Amino acid sequence: MAGNSHVSASTHKPGPPLWLLLELTYRCPLHCVFCYNPVDFARTEEELGTDEWIRVLREARALGAVQLGLSGGEPLMRDDLEAIVGEAHTLGFYTNLITSGVGLNETRIKALKDAGLDHIQLSFQDSTREMNDFLSSTRTFDLKSKVAALIKKYDYPMVLNVVLHRLNIDHVEQILDMAERFGAEYVELANTQYYGWAWKNRDQLLPSRAQVQRAEETTQRFREKIGQRMRIYFVVPDYFERRPKPCMNGLGSVFLTIVPDGTALPCHAARMLPGLEFPNVREASVGSIWYDSPGFNHFRGDAWMKEPCRSCPEKAKDFGGCRCQAYLFTGDPANADPVCDLSPHHHLVEEAVASAAQRTVQEKPLLFFRDQRNSRALSSQ
Amino acid sequence: MNAIVATAKPMISRGFRLQWEPAQNSHVLLYPEGMVKLNGSAGEIMKRCDGARTLAEITADLEQSFGATGLSGDVHAFVSFALEKKWLEIRT
Repeated sequence: MAGNSHVSASTHKPGPPLWLLLELTYRCPLHCVFCYNPVDFARTEEELGTDEWIRVLREARALGAVQLGLSGGEPLMRDDLEAIVGEAHTLGFYTNLITSGVGLNETRIKALKDAGLDHIQLSFQDSTREMNDFLSSTRTFDLKSKVAALIKKYDYPMVLNVVLHRLNIDHVEQILDMAERFGAEYVELANTQYYGWAWKNRDQLLPSRAQVQRAEETTQRFREKIGQRMRIYFVVPDYFERRPKPCMNGLGSVFLTIVPDGTALPCHAARMLPGLEFPNVREASVGSIWYDSPGFNHFRGDAWMKEPCRSCPEKAKDFGGCRCQAYLFTGDPANADPVCDLSPHHHLVEEAVASAAQRTVQEKPLLFFRDQRNSRALSSQ
Repeated sequence: MNAIVATAKPMISRGFRLQWEPAQNSHVLLYPEGMVKLNGSAGEIMKRCDGARTLAEITADLEQSFGATGLSGDVHAFVSFALEKKWLEIRT
């Protein structure tokens, strides 16, 4: 690291980027209102080519990366997905495809299986055709049901991910019934994380505390009924917690994301953070990006922290929470994540929750669907 | 805890993969979106769980490889733990 004037905040060299997430494309046949992708994705210029993605895989694997997430956008929009999976498998990655299932037919799933794909996580928007199609602004429910059957046929564990929010959280029981019908082995009921499009639509998506409680109780009853056959994870929205999540295990500690144009980020959403420049794999090696770049070193260790985090005994546990959330709520990413009730800005989260509770269900939602037109409009703001 | 019989043939569970990682200087167990870093003895036991060898054979092999005796209790305890964690399975 000689000659680098940006001294790492941490006193020891960080470990390898164990978790590599490739967001292969921002193209997506769905237009989900809760997507965490940046609202200005339409600005993205050329996606990396096959050779460039493969170079990233080789360099990251040589550093010690083991888990690979292939996401987007919809990764199936890339017709070189099979080639990317094949190379990743040969290199020794554990390969996870994170998909809406749109575009996954029998030919492709067979090719992916042959290429060595280890795992598929299939997302659903809701349990009914109408809601699924409304929330993703498309017609996909029947197709997803077919994909669920293909996943079983090709001997993958059936892993369903359903993003919860105010408009579907009351349907948890129907969602779990659907999962059971599909023979799901794992179901992740993941409450929306409010970044990107979800942040833009937050006032319409944030559930009330009572809704969250009811959904948790329903989930618990279902767990008791179904036993070990289906594992259900309920991820509580952090706005309802008193302590922040240990976001990314601290930026730059294990997690490396490469977005479609080759920009490397320490978390999916970090591009929004002001004052930081993030390097591009077109111009630098993965090793120099991970170990030497100011963008990755800035939030390592705890030298960047302000009070109350700096002197907090829990800072080694939660790393001050999420930098993006701190920035979105307070304008300064070095502040404590306002989810923490020790943060002087915690009232902002409480106000968001309180205002969600007061809204009536009849209110007509005004949602920004994640599509090119909206993205272009929001990019120019 | 010690319900597994010596003739059982444990193997790495479906969806899991065991591999040696030079960067971590250890065996790791990979599974959907997760990883367990194994210590030396856990790695040595796991890599012998190939679904072909019985627990008794695995124990004998370990004792021979490391010039030790009386490993049976430790091997049983770890295999029980790994079965509970679903890292290993016994196909019948």
